[in-house]
Amino acid sequence: MFEAFQFEFMRNAMLAGLLASVACGIVGVYVVVKKIVSMSGSIAHASFGGIGLGYLLKFNPVLGAMLFALLSALTMGLVTRRTKLPEDTATGILWALGMSLGVIFIGLSSGYAPDLMSYLFGNILTVPFSDILLMAGLDVIIVALVIAFYKEFLLLSFDEEFGTVVGMPVNALYLLLLCMVALTVVVLIRVVGMILVIAMLTFPAALARQFTHDIKKMMLLAVLFGMLFTFGGLWISYVLNLASGAAIILLSGLVLLLSYAVTGLRGKVKARRGTA
Amino acid sequence: MTAPGVVRLEDVWVRYNGTPALEGINLQVAEHDFLGIIGPNGGGKSTLLKVILGLIRPERGMVTVLGNPPDKSRGRIGYVPQYSNYDHNFPVSVIEVVTMGRYGKAGLLKPYGRIDKQAAEKALRRVGMLDHAGAQIGQLSGGQQQRAFIARALVSEPQLLLLDEPTASVDSAMQTDFYELLEHLKEEMAIIMVSHDIGAVSVFVDKIACLNVQLYYHGSREITPEILEATYKCPVQLIAHGDVPHRVLREH
Repeated sequence: MFEAFQFEFMRNAMLAGLLASVACGIVGVYVVVKKIVSMSGSIAHASFGGIGLGYLLKFNPVLGAMLFALLSALTMGLVTRRTKLPEDTATGILWALGMSLGVIFIGLSSGYAPDLMSYLFGNILTVPFSDILLMAGLDVIIVALVIAFYKEFLLLSFDEEFGTVVGMPVNALYLLLLCMVALTVVVLIRVVGMILVIAMLTFPAALARQFTHDIKKMMLLAVLFGMLFTFGGLWISYVLNLASGAAIILLSGLVLLLSYAVTGLRGKVKARRGTA
Repeated sequence: MTAPGVVRLEDVWVRYNGTPALEGINLQVAEHDFLGIIGPNGGGKSTLLKVILGLIRPERGMVTVLGNPPDKSRGRIGYVPQYSNYDHNFPVSVIEVVTMGRYGKAGLLKPYGRIDKQAAEKALRRVGMLDHAGAQIGQLSGGQQQRAFIARALVSEPQLLLLDEPTASVDSAMQTDFYELLEHLKEEMAIIMVSHDIGAVSVFVDKIACLNVQLYYHGSREITPEILEATYKCPVQLIAHGDVPHRVLREH
């Protein structure tokens, strides 16, 4: 009986890790090359408002997070394209507004919020199967969009102005990209928590960029790195009795820094050989 | 020849936050014209190109490109932006960059096909860059990157080619090659080139426009010191050193 339970929650954890890696690897590459890291961070934090709303109105907080993430993505996209408000100002405003709404909603909901910590910092070991189904569904949508709009997203990320010149609907595609980031935030929330989502979106993709100049290979590598970090972090958290979400992020952060250090040293060695 | 006119600007005004960038611009470019636009930095050269591309809507005046408003002519205009306008570390290969120029022919949601790939290779061969098709764009030298971006503009077989400071990153040895390429291209399309390099412009282009918020001159390439003075405000220093003056001020 106990073994069966153990098997089930490990299976769910594995599935959650795999699904999270697919989303963060693929969308993370766009986040990194298009340089919308802090914008994505804002979308992730604004989703907290939805988590609070879920507690207040007693529905699944993940669905609330999805609603708020999508709304903030659309707002951010429209505000930065249609007004003269600087991008980082809009980012800061949405970030803070979403979070304060979340705090107020939770305060209003009789003050008691069970497993709030798992939404903030993630807990891959307690992801319910219903959320895994949702994550799988979102993964399918994300992969389908990236396959369908591959050439559009490449041009959008590389040279938006040229995209406009050749007649591509760049603003609509930009909104779509931000919405994909929002969906990815939802996929990742249960695994690493909304506060650390931004790290999971950035680290595997940034590491992949160290190894290839091909965006497709970069996506595959980022997915692979995401899986290694998730399972490696899970193992470390088990052995050292640490929080799983933080362990995953810490592991990926250290590996990324290490790879930058190696690249830097190699560059120095090369430069020295060159001058010798 | 009574060409319909590739580009036609009538009394075009553009302002940025109240500061005038273009004032009362009138400009006409016919088929097979090779127009060079010179003028100081901040004189509105890039703005003028962006008006022709429909990226900037003027607050007054009329713009017609290939018989239509600019945004209706997209896909028939080739554009080579300034060198510094993109992320040089971007994970994309030369052939991928060039293929982006086929977007208008392929259209939304349709992947690039064999025809697009062949067109991209042809354009790369034309600029002498086919051997570098697989390289990451940032690994090329400045001049090679510029060629790749010209290939990207050519790959859609445009009727009008716009170049923004194309020689800024090209070493002088390659510049002659570059202008020879443009010589051939002008047989097939009208070319407008923006440059601060007065010397080179005056040798290779057919017509010159001097732009500093207002258009000071527009006509054949023999420009006088007075026109340059009006455009640059401080002409003497600008044209008095180097071998530039000999080329600018042709003998009449």
